[in-house]
Formats: sequence, structure tokens, C-alpha cells
Amino acid sequence: MNRSYEVMFIVRPDMPEEDLNKLISTLESSVTSAGGTAKSEVWGKRRLAYKVAKFHEGIFVLLVIEGSGGGIVHEVERRLRVTEQVIKFITVRTDEELKRLEKIKKIRESRKKTSASATVAPAVPEAGTEPAPTTV
Amino acid sequence: MADEVKTPTAPAPVGGTEARGEGRTDRGDRGGRGPRPGGGPGGPREGGRKYFRRKKVCKFCVEKIEAVNYKDVRLLAQFVAESGKITPRRLTGVCTPHQRRLSKAIKQARNIALLPFAGRAQ
Repeated sequence: MNRSYEVMFIVRPDMPEEDLNKLISTLESSVTSAGGTAKSEVWGKRRLAYKVAKFHEGIFVLLVIEGSGGGIVHEVERRLRVTEQVIKFITVRTDEELKRLEKIKKIRESRKKTSASATVAPAVPEAGTEPAPTTV
Repeated sequence: MADEVKTPTAPAPVGGTEARGEGRTDRGDRGGRGPRPGGGPGGPREGGRKYFRRKKVCKFCVEKIEAVNYKDVRLLAQFVAESGKITPRRLTGVCTPHQRRLSKAIKQARNIALLPFAGRAQ
């Protein structure tokens, strides 16, 4: 069972870039050493919607983790909590969502195929946008 | 034993001026239980206005947006009022499952300071 997570965290705006890169690589290595894959994306400085730790801006970083076992994320969160520069973080579990999206995509694909082959489609649960009029 | 008009409470001083006997006149189409089902989206009268305004469509169903992510602030901000509150479904026309996902995403975005809890997004 492969779980996938997204961890988004905010770092103080006055953090130097190489420290940020060091932090990200530490997190990524902790993930890969536990047997998962990690991908990071730095969004850059953004204005915050409210004051967090007396700052109005922050550097947003997104970390996408794939791996089995909740211990990976536990470790990442622990590191984030300990790091002083990180002022906020949120972890979202994304594998159920991705599964649902896959299912919807598959249903849509299969529906497109049946309409393309111009057979009378049996009871389809959703009203799709099919151009082929099957008037019974 | 009575023929057609029977008032079950005979001497009770019911304040009705006319048509007291028949309980079936359209004394108020409130709730749409009147003899005429669905006067149309104008509403039969001003009193029964609550029932359906021009049918709003769910934006997500129309554009087939399946995943509502907490990260796309621009999409989420359309469903948030000036005060920061989530606008109710009856105003935006969103369907229930999408409203649930939307509200979950808005709450996640609020937690990560992408949307404010209260007040304008400065």
C-alpha cells in the first residue's frame, strides 16, 4: 500500500537560501532513507493572510512524499517542529484523493470509448456529455 | 352525515372571513403544497418566494473540476466572502459533495495562512 502525502511548510522570510536548501535536502534524505520518494517545490516568498510568528510574509515550500508507513511523515514533522525557522506546516494525505481521481478518469475514458463505438450504452450512472444521441 | 361542508369545530370563533368550510382553497401556497404544484420559478406570489430562484448551476459540475486543492487560492477565494467566511451553498449554487470538499479545502488553506480566518485577505 503506497501512501502519498503533501507537506507544505512556511519558513521565515529572512532565512538565507542555502539554509533553506540544506533543510530541504535533510528532509528529503530522511524520507529516502526510510524507503520513500520525495520531491520538493519552493514557491517562494508570499504574503501571509494573517500574522504568523510576527511575520507577514513567508517562504512556502511544498514537499511531496510517497512511501508506505506513517513513520516517514512522523519523522518529517518532527524535524519541522524542531527547526526554528519553520513557522507553520500542514500535512495532507493524498492517496485516497488520487485514487478517486483515477477512478473518475477511468470511467470517463471508458464512457468515451463506448460512445465512440456507437453501441447503445447501457445504464450509465451519470449523465455524460455524449454527442451520440441514443434515442430509445 | 354532513353533506359537503363540514366544519369540525362548529361554534368555535374561527377568524376566517370567507371560505371557511373548504380547507382546500389556496389560502397560501407556502411550501408548494397547494393545488398547483410549482408555479414556475417566478414564484406564484411574493409570499412563496423561497422555492426556487433561477436554477444556479454548480460551477464544479459544469467545468468538471474534480479535485479541489487547498493550494489554488484563486479558485477558493471566489467562494469566500469579504469577511473571510465561507459563502453558503444556496448563494453560490454549488452542489453538496463539492461544497463539502470546497469547505474542507478552505479550512486547510486557512490553516496554512493562504486564506484568512477573518477579515479581508490583506
